[in-house]
Amino acid sequence: MDQIPSLIRVFAYLSFLTIGGGMAAFPEMKTEIVGVHHWLTADQLVHVFSTGQMSPGPNMMMVAEIGQLISGPLGALAAALAFFLPTGVLTFLVGRLWNRLANWPWRASIQKGLAPVAIGLALGGLVIFGKGAITGWLTVVLALATFVAVNRTQINPVLFILGSAVVGAFALR
Amino acid sequence: MNKKPSIAEIFLTFLTIGAISFGGGVVAYLRNSLVKEKKWFDDVEFLEITSISNTLPGLNATNVAILAGDRLNGWLGASVALLGMCLPAFIFMTAAGMIYSEQHVRPVANAALRGVAAAATGLLAATWFQIGKKSLRGVYDAIFVVAAILGITYFKIGVLYTLLIVGVLAIFTYRPQRAPEQPAKEEEAWIKSLH
Repeated sequence: MDQIPSLIRVFAYLSFLTIGGGMAAFPEMKTEIVGVHHWLTADQLVHVFSTGQMSPGPNMMMVAEIGQLISGPLGALAAALAFFLPTGVLTFLVGRLWNRLANWPWRASIQKGLAPVAIGLALGGLVIFGKGAITGWLTVVLALATFVAVNRTQINPVLFILGSAVVGAFALR
Repeated sequence: MNKKPSIAEIFLTFLTIGAISFGGGVVAYLRNSLVKEKKWFDDVEFLEITSISNTLPGLNATNVAILAGDRLNGWLGASVALLGMCLPAFIFMTAAGMIYSEQHVRPVANAALRGVAAAATGLLAATWFQIGKKSLRGVYDAIFVVAAILGITYFKIGVLYTLLIVGVLAIFTYRPQRAPEQPAKEEEAWIKSLH
């Protein structure tokens, strides 16, 4: 309960780092949640973040799971609101301004410039994430199989995640 | 668009997308519903909405919901679109947290989640591989991608400073260019007139 103000502060801060997607914020999330506040272990964070990939809707709603684990349902609500509301208001305001900025030459510069930075941040986040997730030969096989399947087929990726969960439950104890 | 969709209709549409969009790629589900089925937007408008979403902080799923909702029915439309998009995932993830807290499921859950984390790594790598293939052009883009990766993994300066430093450099590199065609042509004509 007394963790809720810290939860709100941490998730509101993290939400502004999600340029291009949630993966970009993962390294900072690890620093805050595992390093600074000791709310979860590094392994737990990787697990919770992965669960988010199975959820419908925004996959970063896994912040609600973190809130739930730390402070119960109220923590879940606080984490979700802190993570989605501030950037939501910003998006709403910029969305209304956007057409008026049509002739502002820097608009195109910002879009062009941030695109590769967002991809780099996500890949950097993925490296940090992968270090926690890839722990042995079987995890390498599962990751590679999913990577190839998602690139080559139209099968819904959630099926590969569920399949890997079953494999893990038996083989990764 | 013929007429403004009602608040209830907007909420139900986004609630449905929020509930069925398993497996990531929510934007594809959004396009399918808003452009193809409901015909509330054409492809050009939808592309504009997604390009604003990409530039701003926040997730694509929620940013698109807010921008589309606002265009459909003002701030109330934006609010219910965001709520509808988030509600199913919120219930799903809070329930997942409750199950994860149960001590007796921990050993099996942890083993299963090791498998999930491995597959999630593959899925996320595939997603970003496809985004990169589609949107990266030229040497500068490659330099900024590598610089951002190194800022996070090698120099370890954190997401915020990496974003600020590499972001500012990238935006400056793609700074607005004064269109030189007009003066150049005039000059050319002037030089020709001298001969």
